[in-house]
This record gives sequence, structure tokens and C-alpha cells, in this order.
Amino acid sequence: MSKISPVLSAHWDEADSFTIEGYKRHGGYNAALKALAMEPDAVIAQIKDSGLRGRGGAGFPTGMKWSFIPQGDGKEHYLVVNADESEPGTCKDMPLLMANPHVLIEGMIIASYAIRANYAFIYIRGEVVHVVRRVQEAIAEAYKAGMLGKNIGGKGFDLELVLHIGAGAYICGEETALLDSLEGFRGQPRLRPPFPAIAGLYARPTVVNNVESIASVPAIIDRGNDWFQGMGTEKSKGFTLYSLSGHVTNPGQIEAPLGITLRELLELAGGVRVGHSLKFWTPGGSSTPLFTAEHLDVPLDYEGVAAAGSMLGTKALQIFDETTCVVRAVLRWTEFYKHESCGKCTPCREGTWWLVQMIRDLEAGKGTPADLDKLIDITNNIAGRSFCALADGAASPIISSIKYFRAEYEAHLTNGGCPFDPAKSTLFATVGQA
Amino acid sequence: MSTEITTDVEMITVVIDGFDVTVPKGTLVIRAAEKLGIQIPRFCDHPLLSPAGACRQCLVDIEINGRAFPKPQASCTIPVENGMIVKTQLTSEVADKAQKGIMELLLINHPLDCPVCDKGGECPLQNQAMSNGREVSRYEGVKRTYEKPTAISSQVLLDRERCVLCARCTRFSEEIAGDPFITLNERGALQQVGIYEKDPFRSYFSGNTVQICPVGALTGASYRFRSRPFDLVSTPSACEHCASGCAMRTDVRRGKTLRRLAGEDAEVNEEWNCDKGRWAFKYISSKERVTTPMVRGADGELHEASWPEALARAAAGLKGKRAGVLVGGRSTIEDSYAYAKFARIALNTNDIDFRARLHSDEEAAFLASIAAQITTTYRDLDKADHVVLVDFEPEDESPIVFLRLYKQVRKRGLKVSTVAPLASRGSQKLGATVLSSLTGLTLTEKSVILVGERAAETIGRFTAVASLASSSGAKVAWIPRRAGEFGALVAGALGNLLPGGRPVSDAAARVDIQTAWGVDALPVKEGKATWEILEAATDGRINAVVVGGVDPLDISAEALGQLLDTSTFVLSLEIAHSAITAIADVVLPVAAVSEKSGSFLNWEGRPRFFEKAITDSLTRSDTRILSALADEMGSPINLPSAKAVARELQAIGKWDGARASAPVVAPLSLPTPDGDHAILNSWRELLDLGTLQAGEENLAGTARPVEAVISAARAARLGVTTGDAITISTGRGSITLPARIGEIEESAIWLPRNSAGSQCIANLGAASGLVVKVAKA
Repeated sequence: MSKISPVLSAHWDEADSFTIEGYKRHGGYNAALKALAMEPDAVIAQIKDSGLRGRGGAGFPTGMKWSFIPQGDGKEHYLVVNADESEPGTCKDMPLLMANPHVLIEGMIIASYAIRANYAFIYIRGEVVHVVRRVQEAIAEAYKAGMLGKNIGGKGFDLELVLHIGAGAYICGEETALLDSLEGFRGQPRLRPPFPAIAGLYARPTVVNNVESIASVPAIIDRGNDWFQGMGTEKSKGFTLYSLSGHVTNPGQIEAPLGITLRELLELAGGVRVGHSLKFWTPGGSSTPLFTAEHLDVPLDYEGVAAAGSMLGTKALQIFDETTCVVRAVLRWTEFYKHESCGKCTPCREGTWWLVQMIRDLEAGKGTPADLDKLIDITNNIAGRSFCALADGAASPIISSIKYFRAEYEAHLTNGGCPFDPAKSTLFATVGQA
Repeated sequence: MSTEITTDVEMITVVIDGFDVTVPKGTLVIRAAEKLGIQIPRFCDHPLLSPAGACRQCLVDIEINGRAFPKPQASCTIPVENGMIVKTQLTSEVADKAQKGIMELLLINHPLDCPVCDKGGECPLQNQAMSNGREVSRYEGVKRTYEKPTAISSQVLLDRERCVLCARCTRFSEEIAGDPFITLNERGALQQVGIYEKDPFRSYFSGNTVQICPVGALTGASYRFRSRPFDLVSTPSACEHCASGCAMRTDVRRGKTLRRLAGEDAEVNEEWNCDKGRWAFKYISSKERVTTPMVRGADGELHEASWPEALARAAAGLKGKRAGVLVGGRSTIEDSYAYAKFARIALNTNDIDFRARLHSDEEAAFLASIAAQITTTYRDLDKADHVVLVDFEPEDESPIVFLRLYKQVRKRGLKVSTVAPLASRGSQKLGATVLSSLTGLTLTEKSVILVGERAAETIGRFTAVASLASSSGAKVAWIPRRAGEFGALVAGALGNLLPGGRPVSDAAARVDIQTAWGVDALPVKEGKATWEILEAATDGRINAVVVGGVDPLDISAEALGQLLDTSTFVLSLEIAHSAITAIADVVLPVAAVSEKSGSFLNWEGRPRFFEKAITDSLTRSDTRILSALADEMGSPINLPSAKAVARELQAIGKWDGARASAPVVAPLSLPTPDGDHAILNSWRELLDLGTLQAGEENLAGTARPVEAVISAARAARLGVTTGDAITISTGRGSITLPARIGEIEESAIWLPRNSAGSQCIANLGAASGLVVKVAKA
């Protein structure tokens, strides 16, 4: 049996996969019509029972999130889809929306119907202009086909879908900052409680879901929970998109049941780049603690990765081979977090400013081994002290890299600088070497 | 706030550092800890602002029913819960390390320029770095630097380097003042407080941001580099600028007031004040101060004189005369009482009036019948179902009343209506419905009518207020603009009232006062109003006038001229040279507020005591001078000090007999002007040409633009748009101002009453109700 389970990506190789015709050819929008014939609570119950968990990183059960929306409260409810994919290494939602935007729209119809929302929003990362255009086009097609707007599919359900283009801030992927930004304010995380389910967008009950979570819904409605639960592991059901990037022979997205291992994924992707060996990798983007070759057989589901000391996150597997200087990689990431810190809280704002300077010094070979302990201490003063999880993400690569590669940090100090040739780690370094 | 004690609140007991504490549900952990005397360090937390959780300095360990939070939590954002166990830095190593870690981070980009910082010595960052920080910093990197300071308004300066980005200032501006003119800009370590492009921080309440800034990032332009906090002598004081009654603190160094801060009084101003109260005090040290007694010589000029000589001249000038007394609206209650007693005993007259402004006899009847007995308070505003403003602009005329109303509007959507010709900025912030009259308004016993002194300018208005209040049971408050007026009313500095709200016309009331004062008789005839005293001075019915702090242009364009008759003896008690001292026969210098002790009654009738802040001042209070003068005249009033007055007032007490009757005056319909004319309307903006703001240039820089408000239809007729100049003229003169199109009655025009280039009484001869010509300039 194949290790892969293409559902969302099943037809990406078809030339018109992104059009409504291409989507409908494979039964697209049937699930929405099926759901619209169900009771909304039955839809929530089915998604709850399916075991679908949030694909945006935290793994919160999707159906449970929907069930938190107070019903019969006389207020508008909103569905907001988080398409602000900005995590370094994460590239699953953008290709999905590029190749198959209608699956998201169909999922949004079902989710909105379930939570009794007549307005839904997609908050999309503004830099990905080509994806924005595809999604815009898909929304227009869906309206034209009667799958958005008034009386969808003749089932009496109305849904207006708004595509909102973000202005390029990583923090706006944090759900409450996203809501602030969507309302027109500067994106900074909000104090919780109240949680978005009670007072989200415009202080109304709001569900905020990741693209992939919502896109997974139509297949579940269409094929049923037994089918869905036939994939994955005990507590991590179903299929998901793993994105492989970096020093890998065939980078890209692989859709597979939860619980697959990196060893299996690497086999599917043609292995680490030719002639090199795996040094370290991220299981779920740069905010998740690093793994090394010793973790090749860790099951990549929520529990398996957590048990091994990291997080499944966005399943963004960034592969680094032995030519890579871990200090340099960590510095790049840290610079990213410094640039993206929203500034609201002290540990993240000031801490990332300081971390960059410390790691820059270490990379340049300045300092003593005691400075490594200082770096760990400062990082620990930042992690778990901040308003949102951004600073925890910033701390992850630092703490985990020192845990696995302390000697390499120290080598920078004894060597008086980086012992690596950065050119060798570039992808073009192997061009022509076969 | 937390002082409100009601019994139906659920109480919750939590354990903090091993001690039980029981607090109302909803109390934040940081506040519950305070109850135990446990101080958790904090920056962004402020009890009157919404929680932010931004600085992370107050991290503590928390467990609930045995389940511990995996990470330390910000105690400023978490309400207490049953079964909660909190460990602060005192008992948790994790919390202690977390706090020290945050403090170290806060300081890495801080310039540590405490030795030259205004805040040094009273700085929460400095203090808490000492109590909850590491001994030394491990930071060896490059600090973030900015140009400093940046003026975010003419009166508030920002040192971005010092800022810890706690967002207290931005939250205050948005949540308390309703002026979100400052925000946080940029992101990450470059996040900074900023203003909108080309829009300065023009808020009447901006000074509070300086006071609540927990570091030296926001400083007052007028105080910057003037002093160190430990060189200041602080005296609790009360604000003399309006009838809100703010508790204040006056900081003096070597005899000079260097700054004033809002004091704390949960019942009145909470912890806030307005910029006028904070930054208008240089008049005390003005070069125009009268420093010695002066008498007019045979040459017609004023000459310095000794106190005995001046008192003798004054006594000779008053004795046996038909005198009137103009008290002015800024007297303390003690001084007003002294004037009231002096008039009755030494001058044997009820011709005394504290109203140095537009006023009416209808108003006097309202004051005697209703205002003198008022019991409405700020708390009534908190609980009101509907507040009606009548000829009263709280943001301009009593700013703390505005803050209190705004708080309720924000919190629970309090309904506000305003009887006014247009929706002012303040009314807009309150979401007030603009009404043209009180007719048809339905109120309940939980409603409050706030009537301002300008009601005297509309005939029949006080009558309508009195009648609406009595028919609906709504509470009433009379909120004059000046700090001394309510006290003067209670002290009997009005022609129809004796102290304690006793009607002059009531024989029993007179007997009360005769007994208290130990005199055989008091003048029986009700006294003249200010306008009448001035008119009488022109025909000899009055031939001597005692004038307290009065600017004749506040009363009418003619007032000064009416006193010019050389046969009228004018005694002026003043702090500074003025139009009155220029014509006075004798000028006696009196103490300014900070140079004496005493009290004001705010609009609630609540005493606002203050002690002498400038202790080495040689000036004397009006009370002491009037007492000496009465002695000189042989009719002693026996008031050697403010304390003596307070004792007498206490003994006299409030009148519990029959009240004077409420006014019954029919309203007058206003003329309908033709298209070229408009009915003038105006009020004084908070920041304008008021004499007590003289010399405060930084403060004046945040005054609102001086503009004339006209309707869109009028603008179209005149062919002007917002910003174009228009000329408003009467037979007496004209004013030319930029127009602003606003939501104003078609027939009306509104001007600032006493602002630069727009002094209605001086320039037009009237301030309201008059038909004026309006033309494109």
C-alpha cells in the first residue's frame, strides 16, 4: 500500500485543477450540498467525531472549536480562515490554494453553515499575489455557480465570502492579531479571554481555522468518518500535507496519513540531496525545536513529535545537510523573529533584539563558552514569558540547536569564526556535480 | 471603582504567598496581592485602565484547584478564582527569575540616563529595577537610539529611548479621555508612541499621560529639567480653575510652584485632571502681581503705601457710603463668606454678587430656591439612566464631569442629551443627542439634569429646568464654570441669600445669622445683582464698590465704564494688575490660592480643602484683609483666618426652613434673523485667554483652533467652505475667523467666547442671543 494519501492534492497535476470545472469533475461541491441538507449541529458532530485536528500548528480539535460558538444568541457569527502562511519553511496552504482553491471555499460553506455564519473571511498573506489572484478568481467562479451568495445550491443558506489581503506581518497569523488586522487595526495579539468563540471579529462569536483544516472538511463530509479515521494514528486522525524543503532531492508537498516518519517521507522525496547526509531538520517550521538524524523514525503526528520534544506544527520539514552551519541557520531564524516581533510585550520585543546580537557575536567567534550559558539563560527568560507564542517560537531553534550542537557553537569560538564554507550549503553549490 | 462597596458581590478567597485574601469576584490577582501588602512589580498595569498584559513584569506562578499553569502568568490580566493559589516573587523562584529576566530585558534598550531625567527619584522603572531587578545587566550589545525629545504636542515631549511601551498613555487617551490621538507605531523593538501625521496630541487631558508614564518617556515641556523630585516640597491642594473640584498636589521648590499633579480622589477626579489644572499656574509668579498696597494720589496715579495707610484710606472711602460688593467667581468659600459678612456688617447692605459674568435675576431665584440645596454628586452620574446637559459643555467648562460621563458612556452606553445650538466635540464623544429646548423631554428619578451658568443667557431656561426637575423627580446639579461660585452661593455672597442658603427675605433666616454674628439687625432689602450694582454706580445710588477678582469684560462691554465715575470709590482686592486696579482708588494685594489655605466647594457642594503650598509667602488672604478693614471701619467681622470662617460656617449650618420660591419666567422667543444674520452663540473653551492661563504658552499650544461654526446652508449662501474667513459684526465691532461647517442650527453661529481673535464681549458687545451680521471676509 502506498504511503501517500492524496486527497487535497489528488488532482494538482491536472491543468485546470484550480478551476471550478476541474474541481467539479471530481465531485467538487457535492459535500457542500450534502452538508446543507444536514442539520448544522449534525455537521458539527460529524467533524467533532471525525477527530480532525487543526492543521495550523496547535492541533486543536476542529469540531470542538466550532461547538464553542454559542448558538441562538441572536448575534452574527463569523468564520475566518487563516491563510497568512508565513512560518519559515511552511509551504502547504499556498500551493493548496494555488492548485485547488475551491476545496477551501467548499469547506468554508460547510463550516459557515455549521456555525451559523453568513459571513466568512479569508485572511491571506499579501505577498503571494499569484495565489491571491487564483483565490479571487475561484471566489468569483463560486458566486457565479451559485455556491456563494444567496440561497446556496438552492438550499436556503446564504454566505458572503470576503478575501482580505494582509500587509505582510508574521504576527497576523496569530489568530487574535489576525482579527485586529482584519478589523483594520494594527495586528497585535489580543488579551484572552474573551476568546474568539465568544468575542472575535467585531466582538462577535468567531471561528478562526487554518486553510488546511477547513479544506479537509469536504472530504470528511463526502466520504465519512470511517474513511477518514482509517488514516493516521490513534489520536491524530486523517491525512495531511507535509512540506519538504531545503537539502532534499525533490522538495515539495507530500500528502500522507498522520504518523508517517521523515525516513519514509525522504524516501518519497528522493532522499537528502545527493552525496550529503541529514544533519538537522525542523518537524513543523522554524518555531518547532530542531530534530536530528536520530529522529528519522519519529512518527510525525501530534503526539509522536511532542513525545520526542518538539511540535508537529505546520509539518514544514526543512531539511539541512552536513554542509549547513547550525549557528548560521539559527541566526537567520532569530533575525526573522526580531523583524517580525510585533513589539507588544517586553520579552519578545527586547529579547529578540538581544538574541540576534548575541548569536551574531557567537557566529563571528566572539565570546567564551560562558556566553552560551548566558544565551540559554536569556532565551529561557524569554520563552514562556511573552504575551503570545511568537517568542516561544523564537526560542525553540536556539535551545534545541545548543542541545544537539553545543560543540559546533563552541567550535565557532575556538575557531574565531564560522568553520563552515557557506557556499557549500547553497543549493547551487551542487549544480553540475550530479 | 473599587471603593464602591455593595453587598451582593460574590466574594472569592485566594491564597497568595500562603496568606488568604478575600476579594470581590473579578478582582485581578495583582490587586488582590496589594490587599495583602504584597507588591508585585508592574508597568503597564493601571487600576483605571483596561488590562494590557504587555510589559510582563508582574509574572507570578498560579495554580487553580491543584492544576498549575505551565508558565508564569501576568497577574494584571488574571481575575481571582476559587481554589487559586498564587506564588509571587516572594515565594516562587520561577516568578522571581521571570521578573528579574523581564526587568533585565526592559533595561537593555533603556538609556539609564536617570541623573538627567525628570522622573529620576520618582520613577517606577528606577524603583522596581532596584527592588525586583538584577544587580547588574549582562547586556553588552548596541542600544536602540532615537532623536530626543520629540514634541508630540506643545506641552508633552516624548523620549522614545526611555519608553517601555507599556501603552498606558495610549490606553488613557483612548479609554479615559476619548482622544485617541497617540498610538503605538512600527513593530518589534522599533515600536514607538507616535502621533498621526500633522496631527499633534491635542487633548485637554494629555497631562495625565505624563503623570502615569512609569518612566521618563513623557515629560511636560513646562517642567522638563526644572527640578528633581527630591528637591520639591509637595502639598495636597485643590484646583482653582473650575468647579469639578479636582484633588491636586502642588510641588514647590524655594517658594516657586514648579508643577502640579492630579491628586487621588475616587469620589471626584479619580486620578485625573485636565491640562489647565495641571499646567496653568504661572500667574502666581507673574510680573503683574500686585505686591504692596497702593493708593491713588492727588496726581491720579497709584502709589505704593503701607498697610495701615491703605487700610485707613479704604475704610475712609467706604464708611457711610452706599456700597456694593463684587466678589468674583474664584474666591474660596472662606473669602466669599468674609465678603458676605463684610457687606452685611461693615457696609450694611445686601448689595453683593459673586456673578462676574452674564447673569440674570431668574438665575438668582434659581440659585436661592434650588441650587443652594443641591445634593447631586458624581455618583449620581455613575448611576443615571439619562443625563441632560443644559447650556453646559462639560469638556470645556468642567472637564472632570466630562470624564465621568465619558466613562459611563463607554462602560454602559449612558444616554446623554444636550440643550445646545450644536454638537460640540465633547458632545460628539458622549454621543449626545442635541436638543433645542427641554420641551417634551421625559425623565425619571434616576435622570440627572446638569445646568450650566450659561442658562442665565436664555430667558426662561432656569424656569424650565426647575419645572422639569420637579415634574420628573430628576436630580439637578448647577455646574458653574468657576471654582468659587458654588462656595460663594453657600457663603451668602449673593443679594438674596445669607450664609447656608438662608433667604434674605425670611425673617427667621435673618435671625439665625444675626445670632451667629452677634448683631442686632441685618439689612432686610434683597440686594442688587452685579448688573444692577454697576448701573447704580452710574447714577449715584451706589457710590462705593468693593471689587474682588473681577474682569469687567466678563460681565459686559460697559462694566468698566460704569465704574469710571470719579465720585464712586473703588476698592480693589487683587492678585495682579488689571482693568479694575487701573481705576481703583485703593488696591490691596491678596494671596493667590497656593499662597493661602482654605477650600472650594465643587459643584456637588463637596469641600475641597487645601493648605498653603508656598509657605513663605507674605501675601494675605481676602478674609484677613477684609477683617482688618472691618476693624478699621469700626464694624469688626472677627475673621482672622480661614479656620475662623470654617468654624462659623460649621456653627451656622444649612438652612432647613422654607425655601425661596423657584423662578417663574416665561421663555422669550428668539428673533428670526434674515439670511445675512445669525443668532450669536458662544462659550469659553477650556484653553483660551482666561487670565489664569496667562503666560502658559505650552498649554496654549494645545488649545483648539479658533473657528466660527456655521451651517452648511449658510456656508453655501456665503460661498465659503471650511477654512475660509468670515466676518461676524455688530454695531460695536467685528471678528474675522476661519469658518467651520458644522451641525449647527440654521439660524445660529457659534464662536469661542474668549479666545485669541475671538473675544465676543469686547469685540461684539455680546456673547449670546444677539443677532449678528455674517459675511464672507
